[in-house]
Amino acid sequence: MPFQLISIAVFLPFAGFLINGLLGSRIKSEKAIGLIGSGTVGISFVIACAMFFDMLSSPPDERSHIVEIFKWIAAGSVNVGLAYQIDQLSILMMLIVTGVGFLIHIYSIGYMHGDPGFWRFFAYLNLFIFAMLNLIMADNFLLLFLGWEGVGLCSYLLIGFWYDRKFDKGTTGDAAKKAFIVNRIGDFGFLIGMFLIFEMFGTLAFKDVFNQASTLSVGNTTVMWMTLALFLGATGKSAQIPLFVWLPDAMAGPTPVSALIHAATMVTAGIYMVARCAVLFALAPTTLMVVAVVGATTALFAASIGLVQNDIKKVLAYSTVSQLGYMFLALGVGAFAAGLFHVLTHAFFKALLFLGSGAVIHAMHEEQDIQKMGGLKSHLPITYKTFLVGTIAIAGIPPLAGFFSKDEILWKAFSGGYWPLWVMGLIGAGLTAFYMFRLLSLTFDGKPRWDQHHLHPHEAPKTMAIPLIVLAGLSIVGGFVGIPHSLGGGNAIEQWLDPVFEAANRKMFLAPHAVVPLEYVLMIASVLVALGGIWLARTWYLKNTEIPEQLASRYRGMYNLLLNKYKVDEVYDAVIVNPIQKMSEMFLWKIFDVKIIDGIVNGIPKLIGVFSGVARKIQTGVTQNYALAFVLGVVLIIGFLITK
Amino acid sequence: MSLDLHMYLGLSAMLFCIGVAGVLTRRNVIVVFMCIELMLNSVNLSLAAFSSHLGDPTGQVLVFLVMAVAAAEAAVGLAIVIAMFRNKQTVNINDINILKW
Repeated sequence: MPFQLISIAVFLPFAGFLINGLLGSRIKSEKAIGLIGSGTVGISFVIACAMFFDMLSSPPDERSHIVEIFKWIAAGSVNVGLAYQIDQLSILMMLIVTGVGFLIHIYSIGYMHGDPGFWRFFAYLNLFIFAMLNLIMADNFLLLFLGWEGVGLCSYLLIGFWYDRKFDKGTTGDAAKKAFIVNRIGDFGFLIGMFLIFEMFGTLAFKDVFNQASTLSVGNTTVMWMTLALFLGATGKSAQIPLFVWLPDAMAGPTPVSALIHAATMVTAGIYMVARCAVLFALAPTTLMVVAVVGATTALFAASIGLVQNDIKKVLAYSTVSQLGYMFLALGVGAFAAGLFHVLTHAFFKALLFLGSGAVIHAMHEEQDIQKMGGLKSHLPITYKTFLVGTIAIAGIPPLAGFFSKDEILWKAFSGGYWPLWVMGLIGAGLTAFYMFRLLSLTFDGKPRWDQHHLHPHEAPKTMAIPLIVLAGLSIVGGFVGIPHSLGGGNAIEQWLDPVFEAANRKMFLAPHAVVPLEYVLMIASVLVALGGIWLARTWYLKNTEIPEQLASRYRGMYNLLLNKYKVDEVYDAVIVNPIQKMSEMFLWKIFDVKIIDGIVNGIPKLIGVFSGVARKIQTGVTQNYALAFVLGVVLIIGFLITK
Repeated sequence: MSLDLHMYLGLSAMLFCIGVAGVLTRRNVIVVFMCIELMLNSVNLSLAAFSSHLGDPTGQVLVFLVMAVAAAEAAVGLAIVIAMFRNKQTVNINDINILKW
């Protein structure tokens, strides 16, 4: 299997972007555009699969390849190639991105049917996949950064896809800008980290950096700042505290976009990057601690906001933020493989849930408020069943995908001695089960709360239903790649990824004290908590529907705080956005720009005007004055010649 | 009494200065023209004087050249003056300052 094919796999979506982007408005046929858009990603997926099976059949030490396409920058000591690295980690990510991305493309053909920007949408989607592939396949930090910025751009384009629609307090354009700007803050951190890496190691290629890093000793201060800066970048892309505010607003885009951003591409970028730099992070225990605490806090924090949201997509958005918190918790406690395992399973069920919510929104004619839904079970049987699978999977009920990955993380957190973080994760798991079943109950069960005379919800077309079914299947079986030893599995995914994290694990001195009975106890605990959450949600929202209202009115302050998302946006506005805006308005605009810049710009011509006003007086237009000057000149010259 | 070269040159210089003064001070365009002719003639006088003094005919040939140019200039100049008069109804040089910016 020639690994050179990677360049085809990466550039095919780009070709799709070019074709649809440049000629899309002429092609007109939605079928052709959809075929080009999803076909290119599909072929990439096939190539990725072929590579994966090839790697599977070769010995572990021959699984890593670097394919250089061409020298990109070669200036002095800077030497960066446009090169792709194929190893266990990047191929796993590639399978997720192209596989789930392909399904989302297929789904979009149905979802975006009839949209005037159909071709534009597919062009953006392909560009998104292309940028993400560059991000995960890059063999150096600079190319990774190119993809990093690329997904930022695409998220901007796609969130603001319906640029003229209202969203929340502004338009979708505002949401897109918010995503873009918040990500810029993270990118700033990433850049600083990259500069520090170049300064310290003199190269940006992963292989060289990590080889050098594996000779360093734990506790290097520069590495600590470096990793903290990189982690700031990761919090931006992966929507962690403090930079998570953009992700819920990213709901402004069409639903397939939300699925793509939340499941397969953008938000996993931060996780991937931290995992890729595992060696560096392993050298900085402080950073790891920060990562773990931020992850656990975000998991709990976002889950609590999800409890009371009424917008079907917003619930899922906060759920993503929360699940990403789990992934960072895993990375922070050194369980890198467990974090990526959760990326994999989360990609399946979150894509499924988002696409399912898209089908619901589609059927309800753009209605997104779950309080105005209910009883859709019988109208949307396929959507309901697949959504149910996704909900159970994310709630962590065995043997669906979410159970294995989440439990792996919680177990690793506990066995690593971080029991407070484990407690937070456990509570978060209970909350997850609760809000997901609340969502399910309010949407599909109970009595219809919508206008039955005018709305006739019907099942989604085939192009939308098939991806749902496939993803539901994956959500059921996806977890089996990581069945832990204690349950008789070999934890295949951990073994698969082990070579990538070997150097990092050596630095961590993780003592894998495999106390199997304890692992069983923890598993049972988390399942019980999840079941508790489910039971509570079922009772409150189906049987005793008055309880939530009573609770809401009794603890009104708390309820409003959650409903308003802890007012984080408002705090950011007050502390950061408004002062900057005031400063820009009062000083930068009214003083610096108007007085100083404009003063200089207008002052120079004014000065020239004054001088020319004087010079103009000489031009009398009277011939004799000119002649006089002429004569005086002649006299002067003659005088000079005589007296010389 | 014989006429020395310096007497011719003195006369020529006086005529030239009168011409310059006329060009610079007179208001009537016609008079200004006549003053220019005066200057040209003063130059012609010195050319002829030098020519006879040095026994070289070149100076006298130049005199004819100057006269020809002066005649041409007078013709063009008068045409301009007439055109100007038709437009402005005046030959007063102070009123003809349209070259001003």
